[in-house]
Amino acid sequence: MKNNWLYKHRFLIARRIVQLTILGLYIAGTAYGWNILVGNLSSSKIFDVIPMADPYAVLQMFAAGTMLAIDVLIGAALVVLFYSLIGGRAFCSWVCPMNMVTDLANWIRVKTGLHKDEWQLRISRKTRYWILGLSLVLSFLIAAPAFEFISPISMLHRGLVFGMGFGWLAVLGVFLFDLFVTKNGWCGHLCPLGGFYSIISKPSAIRVKHDADKCTLCMNCKNVCPEKQVLWMVGKESVFVTSGECINCGRCIEVCNDDALNFGLRFKPTKEVKNNA
Amino acid sequence: MADKGPVDKDRRKFFIRTLQGFGLAALGGTIWGGYVAEAKYDEIVLRPPGAVPEEEFIKKCIKCGLCVEACKNRDNNPDETKQTATLRLAAPGDHRPRGNGKYIYPKEVPLGTPYFVPREIPCYMCEDIPCTVACPTGALDTDLVSSVKDGKKVLDINKARMGVAVVDLEHCIAYWGLQCDACYRACPLIDEAIKLELKRNPRTGKHAFLLPVVYPDVCTGCGLCELACVTEKPAIFVLPRHLALGEVGKHYIKGWEKKDEGRIKGSKGVEKTITPRSEKKPEDYLNVEDLLDEE
Repeated sequence: MKNNWLYKHRFLIARRIVQLTILGLYIAGTAYGWNILVGNLSSSKIFDVIPMADPYAVLQMFAAGTMLAIDVLIGAALVVLFYSLIGGRAFCSWVCPMNMVTDLANWIRVKTGLHKDEWQLRISRKTRYWILGLSLVLSFLIAAPAFEFISPISMLHRGLVFGMGFGWLAVLGVFLFDLFVTKNGWCGHLCPLGGFYSIISKPSAIRVKHDADKCTLCMNCKNVCPEKQVLWMVGKESVFVTSGECINCGRCIEVCNDDALNFGLRFKPTKEVKNNA
Repeated sequence: MADKGPVDKDRRKFFIRTLQGFGLAALGGTIWGGYVAEAKYDEIVLRPPGAVPEEEFIKKCIKCGLCVEACKNRDNNPDETKQTATLRLAAPGDHRPRGNGKYIYPKEVPLGTPYFVPREIPCYMCEDIPCTVACPTGALDTDLVSSVKDGKKVLDINKARMGVAVVDLEHCIAYWGLQCDACYRACPLIDEAIKLELKRNPRTGKHAFLLPVVYPDVCTGCGLCELACVTEKPAIFVLPRHLALGEVGKHYIKGWEKKDEGRIKGSKGVEKTITPRSEKKPEDYLNVEDLLDEE
């Protein structure tokens, strides 16, 4: 049972279901007037009541120099609270539609053997923070939210919900970049939204936990991980993956044959210890 | 000179990387910023009712499409399948001229922001203004489309100023003397925003001109007239107010309007510049014997 395909891809399947459901609900919100989820990933409403907003977009708008209505501020705060305290950088792997595009590029890369050194342009993973900083400076200078004008994520999601136009060109660009230039190039190196979530989700509770005693050093986890650097402890220390850059996709957990990786809660109540003592 | 100790490689690497980062950021920032600065402004775009001034709108619009969704799924959408609606979100490529140049189409609507093209679908001026109400950021401000009734704020779509209708006197067939009052009848503020003015037609001598005239202080810019216009390219069309209207400046005051005249209150009056010459009366000046040889 533990070796069957479904079990080995349980998080991947769950993620695709979540991603597609969210996308489907947004599309139905506009196409059929369903009110479960209306708007798009920039800002939306759940059941016409609970607001949500992209905190990075809101930050850029602040940098552009404007005061916003309370709705969108509450929305952004809710999103920040959820990802920073609970979910981690799960937006990138469980919600963002671009994840499916880049995962496809990555999958083709691996299947076709493109996953070699000569097909890898080395870019620093810190580039995303530079772009993040740059976007805020530009927003300030130009008095407009700078990344929102070029974001391929917004173009893709907004396009799927409200009409694509030539937005698919930007998506194709990201796909080809990830396929031919750099593995996980967009999501893991350049995307400032991912960088933003990396920063805010550092304290989150849901984390991958490594058990070095069980690890056989097969390195399956590192091969499959889109943010390898977060798994520095594999085979060395039994600790939580604490880097904000971990997207909580759960791929490492699936491919581990030794049960050395699992999701866990970082801040477990320590009651049991007290009771024993 | 400091002794040539071992080079601190980490330190050197840090500086190199930082400077490289600044270099790349400067290059990338110029291109990126240049694009955004160009792409953030379209002069002839028409925004939904209650939109704050364009410069502020660009900062505030989060591009979520809640207004578009509200417009599409309102109960009174004439398109009962709800496939189309007045408002749409600008997608990449929308700036290509549409309608074969047969009507005004905005050229470069900033990506993801809502706009409408009246000749295709005008604003039907819903009384509950679902689009403005839906906006989470204040880019569409209900205060701009509300009036106070009995001390309460009530939505009032007639206060919307999405644009203003302009008549092309050359190609409006009513100005040729033909009978057409399509725009006048289409106007939701009939006889307020568009009035028909009666004039004798001297060409025939026995017919009347019924000339549509737009009153910009009432016109909301909904564009129903533009849609109704019978000419091939509409002879009445909506333009953003800042394009179509002039400005007289603050120093003009309408003395015949109580409200406008109120602006003078508290003013210190006109300051006089006194020079030796201005102390003389005009008559003195006129009565000088030789005007050219004055003084």
